Amino acid sequence: MSYLEYNVKTVPTGLRKVLHLNWSLVLLLIAVASVGFLMLFSVAGGKMDPWAMAQMKRFALGMFLMFVIAMVPIWFWRNMAGVGYLLSLVLLVLVEVMGSVGMGAQRWIDLGFMRLQPSELMKITLVMMLAAYYDWLDIKKVSRPLWVLIPVILIMLPTFLVLRQPDLGTSILLVTGGGVIMFLAGVSLWYFGAVIASGVGLVTSVFMSRGTEWQLLKNYQYRRIDTFLDPSSDPLGAGYHITQSKIALGSGGWTGRGFMQGTQSRLNFLPEKHTDFIFTTLAEEFGFLGGASLLTLYVLILIFCAVSAFQNKDRFSSLLILGISVTFFLFFAVNMSMVMGLAPVVGVPLPMVSYGGSAMLILLVGFGLVQSAHVHRARQK
Amino acid sequence: MKRSPQDTEASARKITRRGLFLGGLQVSFAAMLVGRMRYMQVEQADEYRDLAEENRVKFSLLPPARGLIYDRNGVLIAGNEQNYRIVIVREDADDPEAVLNRLRKIVWLDDADIKRTLDEMRRRSAFVPVTVADRVAWEDVAEVAVNAPALPGITAEVGLSRSYPRADDFAHVIGYVGPVSDYDLSKLEDPDPLLQIPRFQIGKSGVEAKMELDLRGSAGTREVEVNAVGREMRELGREEGRAGDNIQLSVDADLQAYVQARLAGESAAAVVMDTQTGDVLAIGSAPTFDPNKFVRGISSKDYSALLNDKYRPLAAKPAQGTYPPGSTFKMVTALAALEEGVIDPGETIKCWGHIEVHKRRFHCWKRGGHGPVDLAKSLRESCDIYYYDIAQRVGIEKIAEMARKLGLGERHDLPLSAIAQGLIPTKAWKREARGADWVIGDSLNAGIGQGFVLASPLQLTVMTARLATGQAIYPRLVRSVNGVETPVRNDGPLEISTSNLNAIRDGMYEVVNARRGTAGRSKIVGDDLRMAGKTGTSQVRNITAAERARGVFRNEDLPWERRDHALFVCYAPHDNPRYAVTVVVEHGGGGSKAAAPIARDVMLQAFYKGKPPLEAYPSNQRGTIQTRQRDIEEMLEMPHDERVKAAEGRA
Repeated sequence: MSYLEYNVKTVPTGLRKVLHLNWSLVLLLIAVASVGFLMLFSVAGGKMDPWAMAQMKRFALGMFLMFVIAMVPIWFWRNMAGVGYLLSLVLLVLVEVMGSVGMGAQRWIDLGFMRLQPSELMKITLVMMLAAYYDWLDIKKVSRPLWVLIPVILIMLPTFLVLRQPDLGTSILLVTGGGVIMFLAGVSLWYFGAVIASGVGLVTSVFMSRGTEWQLLKNYQYRRIDTFLDPSSDPLGAGYHITQSKIALGSGGWTGRGFMQGTQSRLNFLPEKHTDFIFTTLAEEFGFLGGASLLTLYVLILIFCAVSAFQNKDRFSSLLILGISVTFFLFFAVNMSMVMGLAPVVGVPLPMVSYGGSAMLILLVGFGLVQSAHVHRARQK
Repeated sequence: MKRSPQDTEASARKITRRGLFLGGLQVSFAAMLVGRMRYMQVEQADEYRDLAEENRVKFSLLPPARGLIYDRNGVLIAGNEQNYRIVIVREDADDPEAVLNRLRKIVWLDDADIKRTLDEMRRRSAFVPVTVADRVAWEDVAEVAVNAPALPGITAEVGLSRSYPRADDFAHVIGYVGPVSDYDLSKLEDPDPLLQIPRFQIGKSGVEAKMELDLRGSAGTREVEVNAVGREMRELGREEGRAGDNIQLSVDADLQAYVQARLAGESAAAVVMDTQTGDVLAIGSAPTFDPNKFVRGISSKDYSALLNDKYRPLAAKPAQGTYPPGSTFKMVTALAALEEGVIDPGETIKCWGHIEVHKRRFHCWKRGGHGPVDLAKSLRESCDIYYYDIAQRVGIEKIAEMARKLGLGERHDLPLSAIAQGLIPTKAWKREARGADWVIGDSLNAGIGQGFVLASPLQLTVMTARLATGQAIYPRLVRSVNGVETPVRNDGPLEISTSNLNAIRDGMYEVVNARRGTAGRSKIVGDDLRMAGKTGTSQVRNITAAERARGVFRNEDLPWERRDHALFVCYAPHDNPRYAVTVVVEHGGGGSKAAAPIARDVMLQAFYKGKPPLEAYPSNQRGTIQTRQRDIEEMLEMPHDERVKAAEGRA
């Protein structure tokens, strides 16, 4: 079937839009979030407080936001991309200047009712900005150096600010997410080859600079890398998380110890058991089947997004959907690798499951955009 | 902007193609994660489950044995003794409160113990053992072991705890250890993980605190497999820590014991120093206390008794206490004047009992006056008028300079808590500290060691040793650390002419040995062991004109707090000095009566390294001396806490 054969049908209007939402995606998100509630209930020792209840409220707020965003036509959001990007950039500079200091790194602005992490916001607005950019750009110019330089600057600006906070996890997510959109937009593969080569160079220089005055990472980040490479070097100190996480995860077996029966996570071996390390609780209590099921849910979300993106003939929409789904992928890929001892501990939450407001709200905002693109797509007869 | 359909189609196709490629990557990554998960949870599951379930691996720190402290002859002053304690681990006790209540049937525990344990457990991580009872009898430990199945989470541990076999004798020197407090931790930048061990003890005062890092050693680690009830299955690895360094003090434990016994009943300090090496042989402070009580946890009743005692048992008087040196400072004034050439040893000054300077009357202690006084007589009879005169002539700056040269006003570097700097006033000091100009009366008062001048017994001992040897000797309390000797510090000859020093020494010799010397009653008989010294009586009150008119007060008529401090500094033998001794008796009255006899006894004890023969004392005193020697011998055989009562009875 040729692409020329479709006709544009009027997009649904008013409340009829609700019927045209991607309901499978909504159900998947609810399923994943429910896994989170269950685990938060379990790590609190079978209590709704302090985590599960708060998380449910946030999820409800996030879902509401998602629906509101989905109702607004996608072209409005495309026009807002530049504004959103600039706003996030200004907020990032603002945390540099006046943000509260938490865990040794400046990351959030206190809004009173919640703590806003501009770096989280940036994960979405950067994707929007780049999608809008490639929507606007003449396709033939995509690989010309000048037109490649602009998105690179758009990516590097927030990455630099986030790296200064310092938040290694988020900067990795921003660079990879941005790079993926450039790749999807059709930038020549030669550029990517060059970037990978220089990336190898950067890693080398990061290690070479260690101990000198201009060292590129904070000492704690180097230590995390050290202990990642050799967790046994410091079993009671920084390597403790990884070792304990692996023990908890590995001891789950095929079917796990059963709901609320995990000994490792419940005995406080893991200090961050309700946030970044929540997957270990799941894997310990529900075993390989539980872990693999969650992963399947995640992959299904990716697939539904991809299908929606490929159906959509609007360049902005498909780039946006794929960009957000890649960001989502990066969240769980990095988190799970970290928990399984495949990547250093960089502080990336398990999306929709880990306790914490910012990340969940931002992801739901992202999925709101995905839904908007889905609802307002051009339709085939 | 409008785009041609061809472009749109090409773009869509490209996105789909690259998107599919990317999707493939993502799915493969997810598959890889599943694979990894499968590997860990299925293939290695048994291994991890072992680690997690039946045999959880536990790391624990092995506290190192604290370094021992010996005296100069190898007598143990601070040691470690084994003690059993019972600990509970929250994660292993299903219901800590129930377990503790069951434990109560075996080991005596009061409600406060239970409450403290539960509180501490709540504060700490689940896997941290919390001490329930310390210093438990071996029988109780055995019973706990037998009842282990009913007491999950409870284990008995054997540990080392500090003990001070010489109890009270060294309380102010080596201090004591105690559990790490939050305050201790807050002071440290990068606390040793050892300090996190519950009830780990660190030095709180004295040598124990000042040499903490030498004494502490470094932690070992132990890796054990324990089963779900917390029982250790086997040890996987063990790395022994390094024990703390042993310290040898310069102090002689027997002499120290004698000094403490001799001072008992008074509020006093005494220091014995080797004039050649600067070794502090004894550094006594009375009253004292038992540091073992602090290690075991002193009761609040005992503690407040120590705090409220007007004799201040907790104060380390020899180095921390400062007193107006009184007449013991006269050597400084005289040397300053001699060195400046404003007076000659033979020159005489008339003493009429008082002089008038700027319409203010300054009195000599002897109301009738001493008549013509030369240097030797001024020291021997401690004439104040002589020093008023030469202090005016030489000026405070030169006096202060001489005082510093002799080690006064300097914080000597010994590992003791709170070493006092004392005070040697100068014109600049007064302007800065008091905001007033120096007046001539200040010089007069400083000239006889009153007014602003303050010195600690330790400083006075250093001064005496330097006068005796003419060398810039420094005190040394630690002889060696881990067998490595601490160097003796001697900055060589003082820049003071030998003839002037000899003039002073002759005067000090006469104080003790001449017929009219103020310390004549405290002389030592025997040609090879003559003592040179100087008495001092420092006022803690001003004598009002009205009081003077009514007649000079006898100290005994005053309440204790207002009596004069009694001081005595001395060295012996006068012609070949070996030891310098300072005795300060707070509110003891006159130096000749209260301090000098103690100093002589201590000096002889140091010399004979034990009880001196009666022949060393003048024949008319031998009866009383013999009684006293017997009393002290009896006292030294008593347990420490009974000695004070014995001393009170003796007085």
